[in-house]
Amino acid sequence: MNNFTPISALLGGILIGLSVALYFYTTGRLAGISGIFANAITNQTKRLSNIFFLFGLVLGPLLFSFTKEPIAFNITHSYLLIITGGFLVGLGTRLSGGCTSGHGICGIGRFSVSSIIATVIFIVTGMLTVVILQQFEIYI
Amino acid sequence: MNDKLISLFCGVIFGLGLVVSGMTNPSKVIGFLSITHNWDASLIFVMFGAILIFAPFFYFNKNKEFSSIGNQIDLPIKKAIDKRLVIGSSAFGIGWGLVGLCPGPAISALAFFDPIIIVFLASMALGIVVNNKLFE
Repeated sequence: MNNFTPISALLGGILIGLSVALYFYTTGRLAGISGIFANAITNQTKRLSNIFFLFGLVLGPLLFSFTKEPIAFNITHSYLLIITGGFLVGLGTRLSGGCTSGHGICGIGRFSVSSIIATVIFIVTGMLTVVILQQFEIYI
Repeated sequence: MNDKLISLFCGVIFGLGLVVSGMTNPSKVIGFLSITHNWDASLIFVMFGAILIFAPFFYFNKNKEFSSIGNQIDLPIKKAIDKRLVIGSSAFGIGWGLVGLCPGPAISALAFFDPIIIVFLASMALGIVVNNKLFE
């Protein structure tokens, strides 16, 4: 296994957990990002709060970049992959009511059976997609 | 503290968590999904760490009626395990595998100033609007 980074992954996960816990304790809402993003663009209710949260999501990495720690970022520049992928992520998360944070963290944290099922499904289909694309030597 | 400032603060902590964990790097995510070839299991620890904090916290706070700043507690109504859930999460998984970005990291990645992220987010917004028009 190359590039195995369990410590930084765990630390990052703990920060995310603290954010979700604090957000729920103070605002009474769950921090599912696909929901916050969808509400920010389609719903008037608490729109400014949602926009502020999304702004914070961008500000976090910007602040981190002041530490001079290198930030790895490698993404495909195939428009076909980007546009199809983005569309499916938007459609799929709203159809199923959550994403990695909404189902994977908030939902599993609440022991929601539907979220546990959704999380298993999107991890398995994500893995299948990657395995198939690698067969055709697509990626970056 | 007001709702907007708290939202900003929580967003910053969440964004820091995403970048520290490696979730904002699409090739790291693809390494996690790549079970048959050079599998990088790191990202399991992201979900584990977050649930480790949130699950007990939620358990002890779930029966409140109001949040600390006086908002009504807003939890999703119990969702059915139906076609929408299965098809939706499958579609999301496929999109996630195609690029290596889910919604949170996609937004945080705006911090890296790569214009391709705008294309991804615009496509994601289109997917949301299409869902709302066709299926809501």
